[in-house]
Amino acid sequence: MTIEIENLSISFGDRQVVKGVTFQVAQGTSFGIVGESGSGKSTVLRAMAGLNTDWSGRIAFSGEAAPLKRPPAFFRKVQMVFQDPYGSLHPRQTIDRILSELPLVHGMKDIDSRIAKVLSAVALPQSARFRFPHQLSGGQRQRVAIARALIADPQVLLLDEPTSALDVSVQAEILNLLADLRVERNLTYVMVSHNLSVIAHLCSHVGVMIDGHMVEQVTAEDLRLGQVEHPHTRELRSLSVELEEPA
Amino acid sequence: MASAFRTWALSEMPSSRRQATWGNRYRAWLNLKGNPLGMIGLTIIAIFVLMAIFAPVLSTHNPATQDLANRLATPGAAHWLGTDELGRDVYSRILYGARVTLGMVIAVVVLVAPLGLAIGCIAGYFGGIIDTILMRLTDIFLAFPRLVLALAFVAALKPGIESAVLAIALTAWPPYARMARAETLTVRGSDFIAAYRLTGASSWRIIFRHIAPLCTPSLIVRVTLDMSSIIITAASLGFLGMGAQPPSPEWGAMIATAKRFMFEQWWVPMIPAIAILLVSLAFNFLGDALRDVLDPKGN
Repeated sequence: MTIEIENLSISFGDRQVVKGVTFQVAQGTSFGIVGESGSGKSTVLRAMAGLNTDWSGRIAFSGEAAPLKRPPAFFRKVQMVFQDPYGSLHPRQTIDRILSELPLVHGMKDIDSRIAKVLSAVALPQSARFRFPHQLSGGQRQRVAIARALIADPQVLLLDEPTSALDVSVQAEILNLLADLRVERNLTYVMVSHNLSVIAHLCSHVGVMIDGHMVEQVTAEDLRLGQVEHPHTRELRSLSVELEEPA
Repeated sequence: MASAFRTWALSEMPSSRRQATWGNRYRAWLNLKGNPLGMIGLTIIAIFVLMAIFAPVLSTHNPATQDLANRLATPGAAHWLGTDELGRDVYSRILYGARVTLGMVIAVVVLVAPLGLAIGCIAGYFGGIIDTILMRLTDIFLAFPRLVLALAFVAALKPGIESAVLAIALTAWPPYARMARAETLTVRGSDFIAAYRLTGASSWRIIFRHIAPLCTPSLIVRVTLDMSSIIITAASLGFLGMGAQPPSPEWGAMIATAKRFMFEQWWVPMIPAIAILLVSLAFNFLGDALRDVLDPKGN
């Protein structure tokens, strides 16, 4: 599913936080958005998911412009994974109940087998199914959140810093899982992160955001080689290189 | 049989949704059983409910039969808890009064808690104009003195237990609505609610399936704390002739009519007072224990 974002602007009250962002994502690829805190990158993602309705511009999936209020069928094609797995799972519901909500809303029949399938897709044991979120580790919780998104059999996954709340070792597991799932299910990803190496690991194209503008779009390859133009991109890049290879 | 159920319910690897649900229920029950105060509360309430149900069997006298020659008798073999100012047996009146009083309290709670919860959750979730309208309405009800408003309602209807229940219910919901709204505001912006919006679920489904259950534990505690004040309001209405009508043996009304003898024949008002105290205390204990049980993070 191709995604086109044209001249997307988002305001909270008088304050404009996203100022005319434009980018395209080809079917089956993944696009990363990097930027500092407050650059508006997560806001772009939430508007794409339909959680934010104060936007103007054009958001289109497969050439079809998405309306402000999304119809329920939209959520079978586009799903989102949130940043904090401690806050994105209902604290009083079992994993089973959390996962079965979307199938129930859409009147699907084979809920049991669907749940079993997504649990194994994210490499969670079936025994986790009737646990509560607080009985699982952070990494397991994020797997549940990914499973919840997958149960719709979506074509697009929007990932809002899916690893930043996790330990470094768990981060790698989740990133590999996401990379495998994309290939297996032919998914299209849009991922937001402040961590360039995470983005470079998963995404073929990268957009750099600062203060609500997308100042540069480069391929991951160019980013790796340092062939970037905007000073902010260069700054982010050198920062992440320094962090990874301390002198 | 019981032990088979126990192993089945407590299985670490439930094989079906039904087994997992029963497992969680059974764990909640074990948790409640492990709370001594909660069990005391539950026992007292169970005893009073049984007393109310089996009042005709357990009573020694007709609660309405007067015996003016034997007024204000001390507790003894003939009248276990003495007699009141019209010579009626207090023990039997307490038994029958449990029906009236507990019935009223339970009716009020059943009416009030869901109403307050619904109004609060709806106002908190939607916000904006709906919030403003519902909360100003709540403020209007809150601003009235409870008893005065209840009196006005009963006067507009007709005096009696049903009207008293309705009147108390109409004046008791605003605090619940306020509380449910506050709880809703803390969760409505959270990611797990956003995730449910991304399933395409309607706002109503989200409010009643996902938000309301989060507000219920604190609501239950508040309700159990309010039980005694509901009994008192019912008694005040009864005393003013707007609640339970004589000779109906309502506990509050029993205290109200016996308070003239507070100093000379103290046991006459004291016995219904002890009954009210025990029931209120039991509800408070049980409510406290239930709050712990309803929070699965605790176990």
